[in-house]
Amino acid sequence: MSDPPALALANVSKSFGAVRALREVSLELFAGQTHALAGENGAGKSTLVKTLAGVHRPDSGQVLRGGEPVTFASPADAQRAGVAVIYQEPTLFPDLSVAENIFMGRQPRATLGRIDRGAMRARAGELFARLGVTLDPEQPARGLSIADQQLVEIAKAISRDARVLVMDEPTAALSGNEVARLFSVVEALREDGCAILFISHRLDEIFALCRRVTTLRDGALVATEPVSGLTHDDLIRRMVGRDLGALYPKQDTRPGEVALRVDRLTREGVFTDVSFQVRRGEIVALAGLVGAGRSEVARAVFGIDRWDAGTVTVAGRPLPAGSPTAAMGAGLALVPEDRRQQGLVMELSIERNIGLTGLRSLRRGLTVSRAAERDRARDWALRLRLKYGRLADGVGVLSGGNQQKVVLAKWLATGPSVLIVDEPTRGIDVGTKAEVHRLLSELAGQGIAVLMISSDLPEVLGMADRVLVMHEGRLTAEIPRAEATEESVMAAATGTGRAA
Amino acid sequence: MTGGANTAALPRTRSARGLVDLVFRARELSLVIALAALVGVTAAANPNFLSGQGIEDILLNTAILALLAVGQSMVVITRNLDLSVGSVVGLVAFVTGDMLASGWGVVPGVALGVAVGAACGLLNGLLVSLCRVPALVVTLGTLYVIQGVCHYIAHGRQINAADLPPGLLALGNGAVLGVPYLPLITLAFMLAIGYYLRAYPSGREFYAIGSSPEAARLAGVPVRRRVLVAYLVSGCLAGLAGVLWLARFGTVIADSANGWELLVISAVVVGGVAITGGVGSVYGAALGALLLTTIGSALVVLRVNPFWQQAITGALLLLAISVDRVLALRVARLLRRRSRHG
Repeated sequence: MSDPPALALANVSKSFGAVRALREVSLELFAGQTHALAGENGAGKSTLVKTLAGVHRPDSGQVLRGGEPVTFASPADAQRAGVAVIYQEPTLFPDLSVAENIFMGRQPRATLGRIDRGAMRARAGELFARLGVTLDPEQPARGLSIADQQLVEIAKAISRDARVLVMDEPTAALSGNEVARLFSVVEALREDGCAILFISHRLDEIFALCRRVTTLRDGALVATEPVSGLTHDDLIRRMVGRDLGALYPKQDTRPGEVALRVDRLTREGVFTDVSFQVRRGEIVALAGLVGAGRSEVARAVFGIDRWDAGTVTVAGRPLPAGSPTAAMGAGLALVPEDRRQQGLVMELSIERNIGLTGLRSLRRGLTVSRAAERDRARDWALRLRLKYGRLADGVGVLSGGNQQKVVLAKWLATGPSVLIVDEPTRGIDVGTKAEVHRLLSELAGQGIAVLMISSDLPEVLGMADRVLVMHEGRLTAEIPRAEATEESVMAAATGTGRAA
Repeated sequence: MTGGANTAALPRTRSARGLVDLVFRARELSLVIALAALVGVTAAANPNFLSGQGIEDILLNTAILALLAVGQSMVVITRNLDLSVGSVVGLVAFVTGDMLASGWGVVPGVALGVAVGAACGLLNGLLVSLCRVPALVVTLGTLYVIQGVCHYIAHGRQINAADLPPGLLALGNGAVLGVPYLPLITLAFMLAIGYYLRAYPSGREFYAIGSSPEAARLAGVPVRRRVLVAYLVSGCLAGLAGVLWLARFGTVIADSANGWELLVISAVVVGGVAITGGVGSVYGAALGALLLTTIGSALVVLRVNPFWQQAITGALLLLAISVDRVLALRVARLLRRRSRHG
């Protein structure tokens, strides 16, 4: 390893106000190597990525490219230096074509400086051929799956001749075969001599893909070491600084009467003929690939989208289609998939967010009582072990895991009898993940019926009393806890186990 | 991925693309159809509607609105708004008229008008792009400020056609080969700007900004500069429109284009430029202006109470927005279905 690292951080520190996000962190990325970055949410991973991407400038310390100190004043600077960042949710231009997305600002030119559309289309096609994927360069970016959007970002990176590829939780929203496709693309780039920094909460992926791993905790470097020789437990211990108990503490409960019954529910072109029931005290997982229609079923049950046929019954009483108010009144609560967009009002404070679902019950006279709102928020913050500065702080300053707790608090405050959680632990660190699991388990123990949508297979297998599997808009399997294995669930999710 | 799967997937995505294209073209197409239907019905009721004079009137009336709509589209495509254009037209018409009446030549007069418009556009652009004040607030503010300045300068006076140089009035009412100058001027600007926005990398960046400002920033698009340019162009075209207004009507009072900003925005939206940015063309916007103007003329010919004109403009606006929304949902669903099966 005589070559200098393709990109390196040397003793980089960065603070935001009083929060020290990074403390004297060093990191070296070598050409032709995949390097993992591990750490809980709030450990400083995102700040590190944004420093590499030119979004943040370090307060002290240096960024080194090929051994030479460089200053990235803007994301464009970093891109020019050959650093490409693939975010968990890519930022594309939805109204423009895939080819335009790739070449924005660097379009191939014809005479008089005009864009050469033919060449642009052809080059985009070549890039996709090189990546071994079929995407139509002329298709608008709107409507692409997240996995495809990431491929567009990767194509963009290759077209810029990026030598360093930083991937910030690229697999969080991907299904199994999409992850496999992404990995083969990453592997090919690595063989071409790219330096790759890979961030994931899924430890299996780190072990499968990476050669070395750097662990951060509370903004400081814990260790950089080869992956070989480490175990999952070693890595978790470095991330959380303590041993964790079992990750999936589902306590056994005796299911009660049926709380939620969904009968032959159909929404044209989205899902068809979906029937299932959830009993009190039960956690039922809804598994399947991304795009199988799981979230859509949840949205329809909760009344956000209308359904075209079928019935939804809560505690024996049918729900009208398309009315979240009626669903809430019947005791349904939905913790949505995308907490930043659907679950929280990012500009509002913690207490306001928690209070949102119960504004009527917080009324004193004609107006909402601030004191009652604060009391409720304090109560829930305590019960969910929320880590916060002040309840009046905006939810935006909380880490992902704590934001998720606020969303949960907001819905638990309505006293639901049926709780639907969509990807409850996506993008949440290991420590908080275990707390969310414990919490869901407790809620089931208290007699709440929990319907959990999750793409995290170990989570599904660990938490659920029963696993429902969807494939292309249809329910393909119902697997009891004892028979649920990775193989049986994946077989149903990919449609190969339909006969079983 | 097998070769068989590849070849099977391609025609499907191609037809998806064809459909998306069709939907976006459909806007311009449906405007043309609506226009044809309107003209047909009106001409059937009153053949005079299609006389040379009738058509010329419509073209003249459209020219200024369409010119403003072209400038406005550039701003709207970047997900911004310029409410001040009506005031700018009024100010420029009056100030230029004042100078021309006091003996200025036509060319310096036009230059002055465009310069005043550019200054207003620059002010809007700087406030929006550098100070990051929402466009709605900034341009509402400049609308009133410019209006106030205009009233202060006018002080109750009016510009009379008799005081203006004949060269200018010829610009407003003359024609080449039977086609009036005004629509030709608008057509030239529309084609030039439309081509620039479509064919040049920097032109595409306006769409990129409107489609996703965050992605544009990450892609290294000079967002502020482009937004500034959009306002500058809108201001310049409003300045030119002010001069043309003076040339066409000759007699102007202070703030004569009061309220036009909303008409312009209506034309832009009816013409298929998404108010949320990123979508649409200046051709559509100009067609929208033509349709609104034709409706106005048709109502006069059909002896409908002019009161209805505004109501119809409003209804058309709502229709345009609803159609956009429904189409967007349809297309999204279709793309989803295709990506699932494709």
